[in-house]
Amino acid sequence: MKAVCYMGVEKMSVETVPDPTILNPRDAIVKISSTCICGSDLHLYDGFVPTMEQGDIMGHEFMGEVVEVGAGLKPDKLKIGDRVVVPFTIACGNCFFCKKQLWSLCNNSNPNYWMAEEMMGFSPSGLFGYTHMMGGYAGGQAQYARVPFADVGPIKVPEGIPDEKAIFLSDIFPTGYFGAVMADIEPGDTVAVWGCGPVAQFSIRSCFMLGAERVIAIDRFDYRLRMAQAGGAETINYEEVDDVVQTLKDMTGNIGPDRCIDAVGMEAHDHGLMYMIDRAKQKARIELDRPVVLRQAIQACRKGGTVSVPGVYAGFIDKVPMGAFMNKGLTMRAGQTHMMRYMKPLLDKVEKGEFDPSFVISHRVPIDRAPEMYKIFRDKKENCTKVVLDPWADGAHAA
Amino acid sequence: MAENARIRITDAGRGRSRSMSPQRWGALIGGGALAIYGITRRSPLGIALATGGGSVALLAATRKPSPESSASATILINSTPQEVYQFWRDFENLPRFMNRLETVSKLNDRRSRWVALGPGGKPIRWDAEIINERENEHISWHSLADSDIQVDGRVDFRSAPAGRGTLIDVHIEYSPSLGTGNTLANFLNKGANFIMRQDLRRLEAMIEAGEIPTIEGQSHGRRDFLTGVMRVADPTRPIPVRSNLKDTFAARRRMA
Ligand SMILES: NC(=O)c1ccc[n+]([C@@H]2O[C@H](COP(=O)([O-])OP(=O)(O)OC[C@H]3O[C@@H](n4cnc5c(N)ncnc54)[C@H](O)[C@@H]3O)[C@@H](O)[C@H]2O)c1
Ligand SMILES: [Zn+2]
Ligand SMILES: [Zn+2]
Repeated sequence: MKAVCYMGVEKMSVETVPDPTILNPRDAIVKISSTCICGSDLHLYDGFVPTMEQGDIMGHEFMGEVVEVGAGLKPDKLKIGDRVVVPFTIACGNCFFCKKQLWSLCNNSNPNYWMAEEMMGFSPSGLFGYTHMMGGYAGGQAQYARVPFADVGPIKVPEGIPDEKAIFLSDIFPTGYFGAVMADIEPGDTVAVWGCGPVAQFSIRSCFMLGAERVIAIDRFDYRLRMAQAGGAETINYEEVDDVVQTLKDMTGNIGPDRCIDAVGMEAHDHGLMYMIDRAKQKARIELDRPVVLRQAIQACRKGGTVSVPGVYAGFIDKVPMGAFMNKGLTMRAGQTHMMRYMKPLLDKVEKGEFDPSFVISHRVPIDRAPEMYKIFRDKKENCTKVVLDPWADGAHAA
Repeated sequence: MAENARIRITDAGRGRSRSMSPQRWGALIGGGALAIYGITRRSPLGIALATGGGSVALLAATRKPSPESSASATILINSTPQEVYQFWRDFENLPRFMNRLETVSKLNDRRSRWVALGPGGKPIRWDAEIINERENEHISWHSLADSDIQVDGRVDFRSAPAGRGTLIDVHIEYSPSLGTGNTLANFLNKGANFIMRQDLRRLEAMIEAGEIPTIEGQSHGRRDFLTGVMRVADPTRPIPVRSNLKDTFAARRRMA
């Protein structure tokens, strides 16, 4: 089959690799109909998350048809022919964490638990196509994928819903929603969202679903800011203001946004000396992540407010204003999304026609073009917001 | 992270002169993690880290062991003491989650024959006898005379508070007898606590999830040589380190 493989930093390649096979009783094989490139994949592309290896199959946002099931799967849960969306977190369903619905913290789905344990004390759940530290599972930017614990994660999609409306249930729609849930929004709240990428776009809309009065979205790309405005947000282009924190104060009667969401993560961009230092440290691997947004969010947040961090960090950060965080009595919440909590309710919204997630798609291309799309998406060229790959279309022509 | 890395290398160096197995183990993991970390970097620094880390790991793995040793580990499993006890009491189940055990066969209700995988794939055998047990709470056993190795083991099962399942504590003491001593301890000493912790993780997965998570045998694209170095450094992999480095690399690289 064809698969997008990591061949080194900024080197992706579409390779022909063996088709996946069932390795465990609760595995299923899915024939993939649609798959996407995520902002999280860019952290791998840029080489900032340790334990990627040459030859690893990328991708964690995919859907398709079940073509093979392991002996441990009951037909009432999953059977051949089912059309499913697969969540990017892998969970066993029976451990302490799964029982508490902390799906992305499953204790039993990372075969390389010890690697993550080395870096973080304990390991979160396994993830598709997201480093060996996170399990080393082959990902879904391919024609087929092996899905472990397939009776827990994948959710069946009714025939009437086309791929483009269902595919984002695999990650970014629930993740954006999770970002808003973690912010503890109360009716009347003002929420500041850093980033206007696809995750942020879903966060913005989810904030309103959860009762926010105002959302202020921050980015530097006009086309992404416009998409945020279309979702009801006011916007700040951080390149056009002197000081994002002061601007947020000015926009909120000097009280600050009640809730702050970091939907940017470890590769935040900025100007000035601090940013140069962070960048240099990151290049030298002294600091793994650039916490520009985290610093701003903690400074800007109203006293007693909440900072929600769906943006991905991988390692260590410097100069985070812990004093501000402590003395202002803030709450911070973070995590990979507990996917299985939100997939079904959000699918219901789509099914009822209340919400159409396909608005974020900017590019639909054959999988062969994945390597160049990584670059276009990373550099935010061609007004790129979200790339959906067709694993079966042949030819090199854009859709 | 680079600072971290440097600390690890110095620690490993110190461990070498002190000849204490925990330090050696620390070096192995540190070295392995370092190699893995280095490999993800395509920079000269990365390659230096990778090769440096890998050799720290190899050095640690081949250093002469102390003659006697022990291992302990503990784990909380979301299940009842009865279930875990029964699973464990049937010693033939142990190789299902203990990576380095080849087979355990029952000789009678109290006696069993154990075969473990030593370095170079050389089997190490011993017969064990249960010396004490309390249903759903405790099992202890020791090895009998003319075994390749002396092993005393015990495992305790306790209900965790607040209905959180079962706490399992395992402790094993072993002293290699003459002859096979060196190779044996060499393989066992490769971080006995660490190995036991990994074994218990697999037990947790077996009991809670019904299967042990794996990626071995999955597809991937072209690997490179450095990845082979990393495979050798990965202390959780069961393939014994052979004398021929090239074969070892090749064997490890065949695995996902
Ligand atoms: N928690 C989870 O489970 C989860 C799941 C998926 C993605 N993520 C993470 O969410 C983040 C966003 O993903 P995405 O797909 O939207 O990525 P993306 O790269 O498309 O979007 C990131 C956006 O942040 C903007 N940005 C950069 N620096 C900024 C700054 N200083 N201030 C404001 N905006 C800034 C960029 O211009 C870009 O528009 C990533 O870190 C990704 O890894 C987390
Ligand atoms: Zn994603
Ligand atoms: Zn679990």
